Amino acid sequence: MSDPIIKIQNMNKWFGDFQVLKNINLEVEANKKIVVCGPSGSGKSTLIRCINRLEEHQEGDIIVDGNELSEKTKDIEKIRAEVGMVFQQFNLFPHLSILDNCTLAPIWVKKMPKKEAQELALDQLKKVQIDDQANKFPGQLSGGQQQRCAIARALCMQPKIMLFDEPTSALDPEMIKEVLDAMVSLAKGGMTMIVVTHEMGFAKEVADEVIFMDEGMIIEKADTKEFFANPKSDRTKLFLSQIL
Amino acid sequence: MQTFNFLKPNRDNIKNYSIIGSLLVLVSLIDVISNAFLQINLTFFLPGSLTNLFPLILGLIGLNMMRIDYSGNKTLDLLNKNINTNNFNALLTLLILFSIIKVLPQSLSWMILDATISGDSKDACTGTGACWTYIKVWFRRFMYGMYPNEFHWRINTAFILVIALGFVGYFMKENLKKYLALYYVIIYPVIAYLVIYYLISGGSFGLQWVETGAWGGLSLTFIVSFFCLIFCFPLGMIFALGRRSNLPAIKYISICYIEFWRGVPLITVLFMSSVMFPMFLPEDFFMDKLVRVIIAITLFEAAYCAEVIRGGLQSLPRGQYDAAKSLGMGYWKMHIFVILPQALKLVIPGIANTFLALVKDTPLIFVVGLAELAGMLALAKTNPKWLGFAMEGYIFASIIFWIICYAMSKYSYNLESKYKTER
Repeated sequence: MSDPIIKIQNMNKWFGDFQVLKNINLEVEANKKIVVCGPSGSGKSTLIRCINRLEEHQEGDIIVDGNELSEKTKDIEKIRAEVGMVFQQFNLFPHLSILDNCTLAPIWVKKMPKKEAQELALDQLKKVQIDDQANKFPGQLSGGQQQRCAIARALCMQPKIMLFDEPTSALDPEMIKEVLDAMVSLAKGGMTMIVVTHEMGFAKEVADEVIFMDEGMIIEKADTKEFFANPKSDRTKLFLSQIL
Repeated sequence: MQTFNFLKPNRDNIKNYSIIGSLLVLVSLIDVISNAFLQINLTFFLPGSLTNLFPLILGLIGLNMMRIDYSGNKTLDLLNKNINTNNFNALLTLLILFSIIKVLPQSLSWMILDATISGDSKDACTGTGACWTYIKVWFRRFMYGMYPNEFHWRINTAFILVIALGFVGYFMKENLKKYLALYYVIIYPVIAYLVIYYLISGGSFGLQWVETGAWGGLSLTFIVSFFCLIFCFPLGMIFALGRRSNLPAIKYISICYIEFWRGVPLITVLFMSSVMFPMFLPEDFFMDKLVRVIIAITLFEAAYCAEVIRGGLQSLPRGQYDAAKSLGMGYWKMHIFVILPQALKLVIPGIANTFLALVKDTPLIFVVGLAELAGMLALAKTNPKWLGFAMEGYIFASIIFWIICYAMSKYSYNLESKYKTER
């Protein structure tokens, strides 16, 4: 078995007095797809935001691709460049065109020549089927198109890991499918993915493992089939009965 | 049930009613106009007080006859929606119209018809109107201050050069565009300073030295505003970012700076810069008064700019920071490419506000002996040969300031619509 690409050990995190994450232990191997689910406020988003240090943890270790994340980490930008992230609210840059949204980071962070970056961006936009919108601004696109653009933007950095923070929660039911399709094809391409989502259909289709969280703790972690067919804890059973 | 609807139009008779109504309004206006301009009282046959009220009553009846919710006629609907919504608004409309008409003849005759512009001494002004001769004779002083007449071309050339250099950005080649900000923030001010120093101050290249004490008038207004504007903006940006910094030292220095400069009046800052400041300097160190004043105003306005820009930074959603960070951008890249372009776009109205206030604050430098446009005015009106023309001078100055400020605010509207993208 290869070394895990993400390793979290005994991690605790507080917001003020409130402990959001309690004793998290998690290992993710390369090319695996993990789905994180659980009720709102259970700390799922905070957990994956810790993985690229958008949130700081107070105790324990997080090791991403051999680099430990802590206050001493000098090149946090370098690690973040390897970890793509897609947000619930898309967070596209509204003052830039779709194409510029995708080429900004490759040009200025990875120092890629402009032409090469544009070709790469168009290629990625084509994969999520919005290459014909490349010169529009984010405000002119539908929610689903914006989210697919956000996926393409993250992929333009050619990351090793992709984090998805409830990518479909802000979308109309019709648009959820087009975003999930893009994620499924990405998963089939072999990307390492951690996805926070309530789309259990997606979890069944692509996930290798499912993690169920509640009140800041990992309650259950199991292979996908096992998780849905045979949940162990009562809390998981209750959650599944409500969501399925 | 048929209600009494005399003077109330409906969709069927609105055409006739509106014609009669507008005729009545027209008659009332003609009455007021003939009264104001020709001193003819068309309603002499009415008793005294009624004569004055007559046009008002006539106009009100007229407007009342034209009032309808929706007629389909564009002009009429526009009129009804905006100035004729009810009797009270109709009354206000008429009163405002009438007072403008009443005031117009006097001001027209004072400013234009009875005014004098010929001659070149006070004796030419014998009429009852304004004495524009005063402005004409003093015009060069108002524009250039005490700067020697034969050297005025130097100021003109310097200004034309500086303006031309300002347009360089438009003609820059595509591959140089990324240096645009650098050019405007650092290179352009330095070049402008050198141009103004060597051309207006002189002292080398065979140009005679003219000390800054002789500078004045509108050209000084421009010089002071220009340098303060281009320096206070980047400085304000730095302090705005500094105040939001995570590093305590930078954060508290910025807070102290902003709160200090916002807490003192500009006039004391100017006094300090010209009277107190030189006392703390080493004896052999000399800094021109004008430079000190420009630095003082810049530091002062930078604090205001900083707070305006901070408002813009705060209005951006946190997601924009998250997205930029997650793409691997560091602090500076994130701010230069993602945060500042959006924040600055949002604060264009606020920045325009600050800049306009700055331009209109420049007359305060008169307290330290620098006579820009308003200062020259104050000097000229106390000149014994030209006593009694303060009014003309201040009207002239307000017109000039209004033109400058209106141009600036128009430009800021243009910028706003130019950089408007939908969120």
